[in-house]
Amino acid sequence: MNKYLKIAAAAVACATVLGVGGLMADPINETLTIDGQEMVSRTKAPEGHPFDEVYSGWLFRTEETRALQTDTFNNPAMLGVEVGEAIWNTVDGKEGKSCASCHGDAAESMKGIGASYPKWDKDANRPINIELQINKCRENNMGAEPYPFDKGGQKELTAYIKHQSLGTPVKIDLSQGELQSWWDKGKELYYTRNGQLNLACSNCHEDLMGKMIRADHLSQGQINGFPTYRLKSGGLVSVHNRFRGCIRDVRASFPKAFSDELMALEVYVTWRGTGLSVETPGVRQ
Amino acid sequence: MRASLHSAVAGLGLAIAIASGATAAEVAPADVKFTEDNTVEASLTGTPGDPAKGREVFADRRLGNCLACHANTDMKDQLFHGDVGPSLDGVASRWNEVQLRAILVDSKKVFTDATVMPGFYTLNVGINVREESVGKTIISAQDVEDVVAYLATLKE
Ligand code: HEC
Ligand code: HEC
Repeated sequence: MNKYLKIAAAAVACATVLGVGGLMADPINETLTIDGQEMVSRTKAPEGHPFDEVYSGWLFRTEETRALQTDTFNNPAMLGVEVGEAIWNTVDGKEGKSCASCHGDAAESMKGIGASYPKWDKDANRPINIELQINKCRENNMGAEPYPFDKGGQKELTAYIKHQSLGTPVKIDLSQGELQSWWDKGKELYYTRNGQLNLACSNCHEDLMGKMIRADHLSQGQINGFPTYRLKSGGLVSVHNRFRGCIRDVRASFPKAFSDELMALEVYVTWRGTGLSVETPGVRQ
Repeated sequence: MRASLHSAVAGLGLAIAIASGATAAEVAPADVKFTEDNTVEASLTGTPGDPAKGREVFADRRLGNCLACHANTDMKDQLFHGDVGPSLDGVASRWNEVQLRAILVDSKKVFTDATVMPGFYTLNVGINVREESVGKTIISAQDVEDVVAYLATLKE
């Protein structure tokens, strides 16, 4: 009895940001405009893609949640982006440098960059994402410690850098190094059923896309808005944290952040969103 | 109202079972027998299912969490019913108890491997199961019996 009450209360608390189950079906037919700039939030899928069209996760959120993303002034994640900007300009490490010492004004030097990651890293002989590129700069150029996963400003700085690509369509170059074989591996993982609930990424984000799973409207699981802002927890969520959350939900053991498994998934899932505008920072329920 | 009536009746059944010392051994997940028609004929526990308890297991997010995927008008007091699977209104008019038991134990045996519905009393699951769930089923044998008893009340 008590339990039901608690669940009902929690559900009511969330009702302002969530839709009521069963009422929504397909993604809405609207265009996301941020501060007057039109985003590509639905577009023709690249060749070999399981869908005809790729959809931004924005199209699956409620009206209230969607509205928070249309104006950077109202977007609660912009506070984190501002923290990222401060970090960009702050000296850290033995070399006495900040990101700005080498890269100057991020609005120019980082424009479009976030849309083309993960990239092949010759030194590491594996793909790297923005988070790992930041760590590489910190270690090699700044004489600073790498950030531990999700800590020290990693999410904020990543959001700041990706925000410089707002509007730029996602496009990764799979011909770099061995990126294609990581794509292959990521694809295999995407279609493998995991955990006690025995589900693959593809079950929820491909087969069931558009359905309601309890209070959640299932999207294509795109990552063009990451790091995103989660209203429920009131903070930025990194891509690898989101992946791990979905893996945990099917009661599977989840790989470490930046592990080969999650980097392969990031390469593949990024490709699945080819052509969608970078929307960082997106806002989610 | 309906649920509490059932619970009283089932409670009576339970009391009789205990009184007569009938504690039939539980059937292990791997030993559940499916017939050629994809039914599971025998109770997994020998203890009659309690529909009121089954109703709780159905709704509990840590147990059945059936509302994640199925709408159920009997639970319209709860917000958010999923639409991944069919509505379970009137489900007992479409399937009988031995079929419902089979669906719950291992939905893949009834609906094919392609189904997204988890098997609730099987160890035939996905890879990399988290440590605390290894070798365990999502719900217990008695939970299955209770949910079957609850589903049996959902008639057209
Ligand atoms: C049991 C269902 C389920 C499975 C399996 C699942 N997810 Fe999710 N995922 C969700 C739900 C629910 C959400 C939140 C609603 C949404 O955005 O679709 C979500 C959200 C996401 C998002 C955020 C999308 C956005 O726009 O904010 C990403 C990315 C994602 N999932 C990737 C994955 C990957 C990769 C896998 C496999 C490792 C996976 N998911 C497996 C249910 C699932
Ligand atoms: C992750 C999704 C999911 C969950 C959780 C789930 N189901 Fe299902 N269920 C389905 C789907 C999908 C079908 C339709 C069969 C198919 O084609 O796969 C189904 C079919 C059924 C059917 C047959 C319905 C009919 O009218 O034909 C019953 C009965 C059923 N489920 C009961 C349950 C119960 C009871 C629970 C919880 C203990 C549950 N399900 C949990 C997805 C789910």
